[in-house]
Amino acid sequence: MYSDKFKQSLERVEKARDNNIALEPERMTAKQKEDLLAAFHPDYRQDQFDTLKIGPNKGDKVPFELSDILQAHSRISADSVDLEKPDYETDVLIIGGGGAGASAAIEANEAGADVMIVTKLRIGDANTMMAEGGIQAADKPNDSPAIHFVDAFGGGHFAAKRELLSKLVCDAPEAIKWLSDLGVEFDKDADGTMITTHGGGTSRKRMHAAKDYSGAEIMRTLRDEVLNRNIPVVDFTAAIELILDENGNAAGAVLMNMETRELLVAKAKTVIIATGGAGRMHYQGFPTSNHYGATADGLVLGYRAGAKLLYAETLQYHPTGVAYPEQIFGALVTEKVRSLGAKLINVNGEVFMHPLETRDVAAASIIRECSERNLGVDTGDGQGVWLDTPMIEKIGGEGTIMKRIPAMWRMFDKYGIDIRKEPILVYPTLHYQNGGLDIDANCMTTNVENLFVAGEAVGGIHGKNRLMGNSLLDIIVFGRSAGINAAAKAKDVTVGKLSLAHIEKFEKELADAGITTETVSPKLLPNYTKQKGI
Amino acid sequence: MENTVNIFLFGKKYEVPENLTIMTAMEYAGYQLVRGCGCRNGFCGACATIYRIKGDRELHACLACQTKVEDNMYIATLPFFPLVKQVYDIEKIPATETVMMQLYPEIYACIGCNACTKSCTQGLNVMQYIAYAQRGDFEKCAEESFDCVMCGVCSSRCPAGISHPQVAMLARRINGKYLAPGCTHLEDRVREIKNGDFNELIEALMQKPLDEMKELYNNREIEK
Ligand SMILES: Cc1cc2nc3c(=O)[nH]c(=O)nc-3n(C[C@H](O)[C@H](O)[C@H](O)COP(=O)(O)OP(=O)(O)OC[C@H]3O[C@@H](n4cnc5c(N)ncnc54)[C@H](O)[C@@H]3O)c2cc1C
Ligand code: SF4
Ligand code: SF4
Ligand code: FES
Repeated sequence: MYSDKFKQSLERVEKARDNNIALEPERMTAKQKEDLLAAFHPDYRQDQFDTLKIGPNKGDKVPFELSDILQAHSRISADSVDLEKPDYETDVLIIGGGGAGASAAIEANEAGADVMIVTKLRIGDANTMMAEGGIQAADKPNDSPAIHFVDAFGGGHFAAKRELLSKLVCDAPEAIKWLSDLGVEFDKDADGTMITTHGGGTSRKRMHAAKDYSGAEIMRTLRDEVLNRNIPVVDFTAAIELILDENGNAAGAVLMNMETRELLVAKAKTVIIATGGAGRMHYQGFPTSNHYGATADGLVLGYRAGAKLLYAETLQYHPTGVAYPEQIFGALVTEKVRSLGAKLINVNGEVFMHPLETRDVAAASIIRECSERNLGVDTGDGQGVWLDTPMIEKIGGEGTIMKRIPAMWRMFDKYGIDIRKEPILVYPTLHYQNGGLDIDANCMTTNVENLFVAGEAVGGIHGKNRLMGNSLLDIIVFGRSAGINAAAKAKDVTVGKLSLAHIEKFEKELADAGITTETVSPKLLPNYTKQKGI
Repeated sequence: MENTVNIFLFGKKYEVPENLTIMTAMEYAGYQLVRGCGCRNGFCGACATIYRIKGDRELHACLACQTKVEDNMYIATLPFFPLVKQVYDIEKIPATETVMMQLYPEIYACIGCNACTKSCTQGLNVMQYIAYAQRGDFEKCAEESFDCVMCGVCSSRCPAGISHPQVAMLARRINGKYLAPGCTHLEDRVREIKNGDFNELIEALMQKPLDEMKELYNNREIEK
């Protein structure tokens, strides 16, 4: 139930509903999109970006919050730990227990390597667990990997590394099959045909889902498989610095127990960074849909050890974060709500855009509606626009919401809003790190040997914007590939003398560039405590 | 100042704004969370919490990130519960009730007290899904348990010592792998790709100049 202040606008939305359902809003032209993005998308706000002064991406622009942690001090100095006495020794060290890390672990184990996962919270406390909408794969007869390629390449502003993108789309059906064989329950018709929908920017219906718990269903299955294989998982343990060997190759990591703060050394022949995204950095003050540990740690670890970033300046602001109620501010309203037919409506009850434009365009369009056009709805804490969820029941029939997006219903029901009967209020939320560490088609970084990356910590697979459903896909495709390649590479590696010399080298670069900062990184967790202790 | 309520974190009193969740109220009170906080949005089950409103007989269980504070709420978090997870090889197990008898025989000791269902933070009919598992009806068990976030609250209340979320996990994997209908168009496409049927198309895209890629994208046909 909404309070009286929303009443007038709500009535307009209800009155216009039938007409709005029938309306097929026009898609924007390429030029219209370009102008809209330039004027309203957060990535284009020059005053929010800083130029990196040191490191492999010197001269590149990144958000202030990111440059602050990239150009920061290490949490340790080289003499904080004894590298001669590793606490763990393994072939493949995987940093991060999300979907990418778990997939890599399963494949490395399958390949016969010794593998272990260290992860900051518990395995599965990760963005993967939260993905609702689904996973793309061109497996229907009217579709093909080539069409998938074009959709993703265009959606990412023609900036993806083509060798990575072609791998993503060509390995996609196999990834679905792999998951299915592990027991992931995809939505299917009685005859086994996958139930697939559109996502923003897709030209074919290729979004596979497991209700609106797609990521949870994938993550819990992968976790179960990791445990079945007795792969060691060290939880509540963060990597805080990479270890190189005397030849400059990746050879392990310094770990920190998140509860006791004890430092530990893990030595490995190959290392996979699978630390995920950065929503909890709250770039430009945006709320976020991400899990608690999404603080761009992998980018910091890699950068300090000399690995290059690609497109770190591009973030994805999901157009539909919760704008109201306050308790779930910033949480994600899955794109599937729009795939199933709900349209975006302004304060006057008018449809102001096609609901299935790409995410960046949709986010910019909502920001325009709430700023320049002044047609947003005042929520008390800010602005929002309506997402008319009751349309779904009218289009798909009664019961569609409970059948296809139960998690969404549950999230709002807790606060007395029945999305089958009432629309919801949304505003863009910080959602996805488009950029990340630069890799080749074998998932190895382009300039640090034996350092592999998979998942949201990678840059370049999607270009400068990612389509819904291509991220769950990339963590499986590139997670598996990183596991296979890191295991294979480990066979030929002889680790030289371990070293943390890069910390001092980086310190010197900071000083030489005249950077004075008190920030230490990686950040590990955001601090939301209101009381300031001593 | 906004309206406030008194809550009791592990017995100690704090005054917090009434519109906070239990999780944000703990942070407001000064706790820097490490355990008991994962997704912050009702998906991961890290934040299982038990509470009682002063004077009430009934004990409630909830997810701290999904529940608003109330006045006189006595709160204890349950960030870990020793569940039993049996190890098995998904490729080799039988898709019949024998697998439950072997791996989780304790489910047959259920006394039907319904404490699990009453405590479920997701409002699931837990006792019922355990009953389905007992009978080897994995499809129904999978369906009934699908929204489980594996928080472990039900297990903390169970006199028979059952690890409900792990039982359900096994049932869902069996259902997804062995019982759900196979998917021919998926098998076909995997084969076509292995066969190299799309190599030429993809190769062409790899080489295509940027302006031609833009043409292609801007004029692509979109399935209705
Ligand atoms: C709410 C939400 C909905 C989404 N919906 C979709 C969707 O429908 N479709 C889609 O394709 N994509 C979706 N995404 C995106 C997708 O889920 C993620 O991009 C993807 O799952 C990331 O996987 P990952 O394994 O790279 O990272 P994560 O799953 O985030 O895992 C990273 C892990 O590394 C750990 N870690 C971090 N730092 C360290 C450190 N220093 N040391 C040790 N461990 C560390 C983290 O705690 C975490 O466990 C969604 C994302 C969110 C947040
Ligand atoms: S069934 Fe048990 S573990 Fe699953 S959500 Fe309910 S209480 Fe939590
Ligand atoms: S709590 Fe345990 S014994 Fe009671 S009904 Fe549930 S499963 Fe059975
Ligand atoms: S923190 Fe994940 S369910 Fe509450």
